[in-house]
Amino acid sequence: MSGKEYRTITDVKGPLVFLNKTEPVSYGEIVQLMLSNGSIKNGQVLDTSDDQVIVQVFEGTASVDRQTGVKFLGDVFKLPVSKGLIGRILDGAGRPRDGGPDIVADDMADIIGAAINPYSRQSPESFIQTGISAIDACTSLVRGQKLPIFSASGLPHNDIALQIARQAKLVGSDDDFVVVFCAMGITAEEYNFFVHDLERTGALENSALFVNLADDPAVERLITPRLALTAAEYLAFEHDYHVLVIYTDMTNYCESLRQIGAAREEVPGRRGYPGYMYTDLAMLYERAGLVKGKKGSITQFPILTMPGDDITHPIPDLSGYITEGQIVISRELHQKGIYPPINVLPSLSRLMNAGIGDGKTREDHKSVSDQLYAAYAQGKELRGLVAIVGEDALNERDLQLLKFADIFEHQFLRQGRDEDRSISEGTLDLAWDLLSNIDTKYLVRLDQKWIDKYHPNEKSGKEEE
Amino acid sequence: MSNENGLIYRISGPVVTAVGISPRMYEVVRVGDEGLMGEVIELHGDQSVIQVYEETSGISPGEPVIRTGQTLSVQLGPGLLTQIYDGIQRPLPKLEETMGVFITRGVDADGLDLEREWEFNATVKKGDEVSSGHVIGTVQETETIEHRVMVPPNVSGKVKSVKSGTFNIKETVCVLEDGSEIAMMQEWPVRHPRPFVQKYAPDVPLITGQRILDFLFPLAKGGTAGIPGPFGSGKTVTQQQLAKWSDAQIVVYIGCGERGNEMTEVLDEFPHLIDPNTNKPLMNRTVMIANTSNMPVAAREASVYTGITIAEYFRDMGYNVALMADSTSRWAEAMREISSRLEEMPGEEGYPAYLSSRLAEFYERAGRVQTLAGSDGSVSVIGAVSPPGGDISEPVSQGTLRIVKVFWGLDAGLARQRHFPAINWLNSYSLYPQALDQWYRENIAPDFPEVRTEISTLLQIESELQEIVQLVGSDALPIDQQLTLEVARMIREFFLQQNAFHDVDTFSDLDLQYHMAKAILTFQEEAKKAIAGGGQLEDVVNVPARTDLMRGRFEKGYAERISDLVSEMSKQIDASMEAN
Ligand SMILES: Nc1ncnc2c1ncn2[C@@H]1O[C@H](COP(=O)(O)OP(=O)(O)O)[C@@H](O)[C@H]1O
Ligand SMILES: [Mg+2]
Repeated sequence: MSGKEYRTITDVKGPLVFLNKTEPVSYGEIVQLMLSNGSIKNGQVLDTSDDQVIVQVFEGTASVDRQTGVKFLGDVFKLPVSKGLIGRILDGAGRPRDGGPDIVADDMADIIGAAINPYSRQSPESFIQTGISAIDACTSLVRGQKLPIFSASGLPHNDIALQIARQAKLVGSDDDFVVVFCAMGITAEEYNFFVHDLERTGALENSALFVNLADDPAVERLITPRLALTAAEYLAFEHDYHVLVIYTDMTNYCESLRQIGAAREEVPGRRGYPGYMYTDLAMLYERAGLVKGKKGSITQFPILTMPGDDITHPIPDLSGYITEGQIVISRELHQKGIYPPINVLPSLSRLMNAGIGDGKTREDHKSVSDQLYAAYAQGKELRGLVAIVGEDALNERDLQLLKFADIFEHQFLRQGRDEDRSISEGTLDLAWDLLSNIDTKYLVRLDQKWIDKYHPNEKSGKEEE
Repeated sequence: MSNENGLIYRISGPVVTAVGISPRMYEVVRVGDEGLMGEVIELHGDQSVIQVYEETSGISPGEPVIRTGQTLSVQLGPGLLTQIYDGIQRPLPKLEETMGVFITRGVDADGLDLEREWEFNATVKKGDEVSSGHVIGTVQETETIEHRVMVPPNVSGKVKSVKSGTFNIKETVCVLEDGSEIAMMQEWPVRHPRPFVQKYAPDVPLITGQRILDFLFPLAKGGTAGIPGPFGSGKTVTQQQLAKWSDAQIVVYIGCGERGNEMTEVLDEFPHLIDPNTNKPLMNRTVMIANTSNMPVAAREASVYTGITIAEYFRDMGYNVALMADSTSRWAEAMREISSRLEEMPGEEGYPAYLSSRLAEFYERAGRVQTLAGSDGSVSVIGAVSPPGGDISEPVSQGTLRIVKVFWGLDAGLARQRHFPAINWLNSYSLYPQALDQWYRENIAPDFPEVRTEISTLLQIESELQEIVQLVGSDALPIDQQLTLEVARMIREFFLQQNAFHDVDTFSDLDLQYHMAKAILTFQEEAKKAIAGGGQLEDVVNVPARTDLMRGRFEKGYAERISDLVSEMSKQIDASMEAN
């Protein structure tokens, strides 16, 4: 620690402070600002040269003046890590927020996090049952996946995330998940909702929370998820935990990123967001997975609200390019009163194929999922046609599919907030029941051998033999 | 070399400015106390601007910068195949050995194993005249690939001595009369295309086993293709399918700024997949480059050059090489990021003004050539493009489409319907069919081009009819048009859709593709006859043998059975008419 204090601030612009005539300062170094009113702010070096240093101030630059003292702490940002993080609530910069003592560090971990060597990764392939049929059947989650929830304001994404956190389990195993929860710019009300739910179910003791709320410093949000992921990596790869990271709301994170970009007068990419936002997001999302020789894992559930419900907006768009699928929440279904309002059509789990089937979920899973998807997609499309030409113009097959779309939404998608359906009896059997509303000859995605074995009408005859 | 040692003046992300040295453009330098690898990308008064291939946090102004005198190069020789590298040719298994599972920094690693010994068989003898590119001996590099050791560029003369035997790749195996010593390894600067005698027009298809690609929008060996599409539309699956099944002899797969798990998948799968052309594991012919999205962007920028240089090197041996880059957009973004740190004047959407010329230079390195040794080799390049929001009016898509000859347009709508591969048959194109038709006629069937035309015409007609159906429903169409819709549906569901994850359906050879297309036309023919003879469309469409024909493609031995299935279908359609 150099400890030397400089009073050489020349410019202050948005969240940035420019100063000159320093000794050599490292890129990424942590900085303390000593304000004349006695308060202290924290920051990080964004650009450094012999002549000038640019510091991004996490708490914003209000009250900073040319007399403000600046101290360079001689190190990059590190988080004290230990198993003691579990059960704690920290603020967006990693300080206790629960009134408890400081974390007694077993180690100090660089929060930027090094990239996992692609050669050292292990393919994620263990199915996680969430107990939510739409997810388990159609966009199956596997341990080590990063699967964001694409939502929008006013939709129940938090309920869904919590339901997943409560119910997630590996079938046939009782390893529990540890939850690392990261709040970025959400309201106190939303935050309380999360905390109460975690408390209610006793999960809080098994969670580590990093909290930056709407009225906390916006720039601080840029480090909050890095702290959370650093904690997650430590717990997963040093202590063999299976960690479920929920972070919300990525949209607020991206806004902070844009703010810094604008203050630096960078050439923006699309819609004013920095050109490097893809890389920046990847450095968060890619901190998920499994690695060779370690028992733990990191599964990520980032939540983002799509501005204007627009999936092509840069925030969901760049996220979708990095994550291993997405769960899309639909305003239309929500307005119909369906919970969870998951639109399975634009939703996707890229790792599903590796996690389902015989010995993992059930042999007919893929077939059933394809069939549900196809029938619902066609039924939904027919709604549009019916609006123009009326039901009379439909043939028998189309009529059945049209009806199926409703059945699917009301009986398959819809379930209780505490309803935990098992994959086999709860979800797949239900799917077969509902599919039996369609003539078997139209169920072209189902293999005959599964029809013989699982179709409620076709199989019953057989079982009696 | 002048002023070998300088000092860091400024650090801004991956870009470092040094003073006190005057290196050449694109020279490799060592940056900071840890000696991080960097490359000079701009000279500016007494300042040298360097892109650094490793994370720069914690580095300070005043730390040293040291010249190496080298430009960014790759090591070429036996040992490339089956290897997986980062963007600057550091073997990832080697990095794991020295750093563990996380990639930290400041570690160098040779691209090739300098210790390993190979069995070298000389193919020239004392007194032979040899020159650059000339093969002087061979090494069985993997089970299926013979590595041809070539005289490095700018070396030629009469062989003074040459020896077969077991050597490492730095040992001299051949000496020329002028004293030049030749070893199995050579180096080549990645930003320079390797020399060849001349380019030929491609006239042989690269067969991929993917029906919509081979049949409707073929790529030629030595050709270029772009695959733009929004996320989730199938770029990566398509690229991986090409890496698995295309009939190239060598495959270079570049994961450029994409997901880590996708590379793991390739690593897990390829050693177990059998190449239909050699019956040996696909890994034998594959070189992988993985510079994922969270690895340093400067190394991502370099990764495509590393890849294409390796591809050219195998082409020089006379091989047909296929290179996939997933995704070129991430490469372009790396250029944009570096350019913006340099405070260059931006072009469209913040990309540097030289974006389109860089894209063009890259794709220009593809081609079928006469090599320096006089043989025929090719590099085919297939680039994925990731347009923001799926809108291809953006600069990377547009810059790519101006150059490539094949456009496989992925369509979010088709992907949403789970029609895979989600390649839009109405707006995709290939400019190669004309050059390839001769080959198809001679090697597959004399009427191959005509069958293709019929199939694509049916799809065109369908799209026009669909517009009417949207307004009035299909029952309102005359019977012959309803039949056309059924035939087109058969083309889509039976022929164009192909499940990459199904053991059998994942690959169809060109013969089978032709027979499947013919089967559809036979159905059309027979159905027309039956309907003219009073048969019902409903009955004709629902003959069980047609379902068998369509489902049969998922079963092994389909190629042998298809003609029987077609005859059976014809018989049943005939019978359905009589039943009326
Ligand atoms: N040919 C195919 N066969 C079956 N499924 C496919 C095919 N192509 C794409 N898919 C499906 O689409 C998903 C996304 O494909 P991917 O290639 O990863 O998209 P992109 O690279 O464009 O984001 C895959 O996980 C898979 O489920
Ligand atoms: Mg992809």
